[in-house]
Amino acid sequence: MNTSDRRLYWILLFPSLAILILFIAAPVGQSFFLSLHRMIIGLPHLGVSFVGLQNYGDLFNDPVARHSLWITLIFVGTTTFFELLIGLLLALLMHRQFPGRGGLRACILIPWAIPTVVSAQMWRFLFNDAYGMVNYALFGPEVSQYIPWLAIPSTALVSLIVADVWKTASFAALLILAGLQVIPDQLYESARVDGAGPWQRFWHITWPLIRPALLVALLFRTIDAFRVFDLAFVMTQGGPADATNVLQLYGYKKMFVEGWMGYGSAISVCVFVMALCLALVYVRVVGRRLLEAEA
Amino acid sequence: MMEKVVRKGLLVLGVLAAGAFSLAPFLWFVSTAFKPPGAVTAIPPEWIPSGSLAFFHSAITRYHIFHYLLNSAIVAATATLVTVSLGALAGYALARLPRRWSQIILMAILACAMFPQIAIAGPVWQFLRMLGWLNAYQGLILPYVALTLPLAVWILTLFFRELPQELEAAALVDGCTRLGALARVILPLSAPGLFTTAILTFIYAWNEFFLALLIMTDPSKQTMPVGIALFQGEYTIPWGEIAAASLITTAPLVILVLLFQHRIVAGLSAGSIKG
Repeated sequence: MNTSDRRLYWILLFPSLAILILFIAAPVGQSFFLSLHRMIIGLPHLGVSFVGLQNYGDLFNDPVARHSLWITLIFVGTTTFFELLIGLLLALLMHRQFPGRGGLRACILIPWAIPTVVSAQMWRFLFNDAYGMVNYALFGPEVSQYIPWLAIPSTALVSLIVADVWKTASFAALLILAGLQVIPDQLYESARVDGAGPWQRFWHITWPLIRPALLVALLFRTIDAFRVFDLAFVMTQGGPADATNVLQLYGYKKMFVEGWMGYGSAISVCVFVMALCLALVYVRVVGRRLLEAEA
Repeated sequence: MMEKVVRKGLLVLGVLAAGAFSLAPFLWFVSTAFKPPGAVTAIPPEWIPSGSLAFFHSAITRYHIFHYLLNSAIVAATATLVTVSLGALAGYALARLPRRWSQIILMAILACAMFPQIAIAGPVWQFLRMLGWLNAYQGLILPYVALTLPLAVWILTLFFRELPQELEAAALVDGCTRLGALARVILPLSAPGLFTTAILTFIYAWNEFFLALLIMTDPSKQTMPVGIALFQGEYTIPWGEIAAASLITTAPLVILVLLFQHRIVAGLSAGSIKG
């Protein structure tokens, strides 16, 4: 490689790297810095004072934060499980040959394309306690039996989970479908010749071969579910009684509603570290394939 | 024979169930936009909307949704243009002029896509305030570019890598510069990859809510998702107007999905399977 190519290489990369450093890498570093300081947006005259690990200590002893972490973990676990399950069923369906398959695929993509805010308002409407379709489907016109889904802590979280699964199962389905499509048909043919039934074919051929795609979908969905914010903001504002106060919403409230930049940054650093661990797994799994492709 | 009929029946049932699962909730929601006021909260529900446009009228005149729509269009279109351009330059360097660093750079860029927005929210907000860019289009566009660049660089790097090296070599022999070869040979051949990147970036920027909520506090600069999330009526929730605004916001995306589903599927799975 000659010198002009070498220079060109950095010139071409520079704008992208500059933007990523300015708006992602440096802010993450700055969050670490702020999390070791006391800083209140509304009271600039107090300045920024170093407090060491005090924010983390407070965070550890903050019952709301611990509850928030617990809620987020429940949310991540259940949504990911149901998204992969429904995604797998949808993918198996879309993998079959039938007229109108493209139409079905477009239908399945629509929940993915809808803005999360729109789907959140939609589910808020459907889960309404006086005229929501969910209540009507369960109890018919017996209005007295209607459940105020979003006003009870346990059902509010369930409502959020339903809304998230509806919105993102299609994304899992697409990733799994891509995995299904690389399985050669001959495998199924020879299994059929050997007398394997549909279940046996699924467990002995499909399942082992789509596991990599499932793993990628699992990681993608887990990382994404950790950042849940829009649904909780629109559907419940974190309530009732903090039942849906997921981590990103809690951090947002601390930082931008109450103005505790330092404490809020400690929350965001914790979210970041958890996401980073997942991202490292992801980069190992997917990145390795990228490297192999290069070699 | 019997078994075949049962199987076909199951398949039809499955397709109908999948279609209903995906579409029914949304169709029900947007159908309320076409009802007259008062019919929205009726129990038992009115299944067939009357086709009234009262809610659209009110959403446009009283809630000024076209204003939000214009902001969304400006932000999403500019972010898409910038992301695709920068992504193409970076992707070309990483795919066609590979160096020792390339793998590490690609990994680092990939990792950037995984960070939760909350991890950058506070500092980005402070940075934009310092620049005086809160409530300015560029203040929202630049973070969107940063958040969509990783996927763009990745899709385009993979795409460029698959084009035959000889094409470019021929152009270079014919006296083209590297950039000339990029503009005249690589980019035209990569139209599908550029297009996929553009669609995915546009959908992201069109739908993003968290940063838009932080950065755009002035209603005259807010984008559609913020408008829809903060929709307030005087006494009751204005469901009809929310549904009308939701339909108007979602319509461009539905059209994109219907027209370009193959591109979208290819782009989304590029991250997981290709390579």
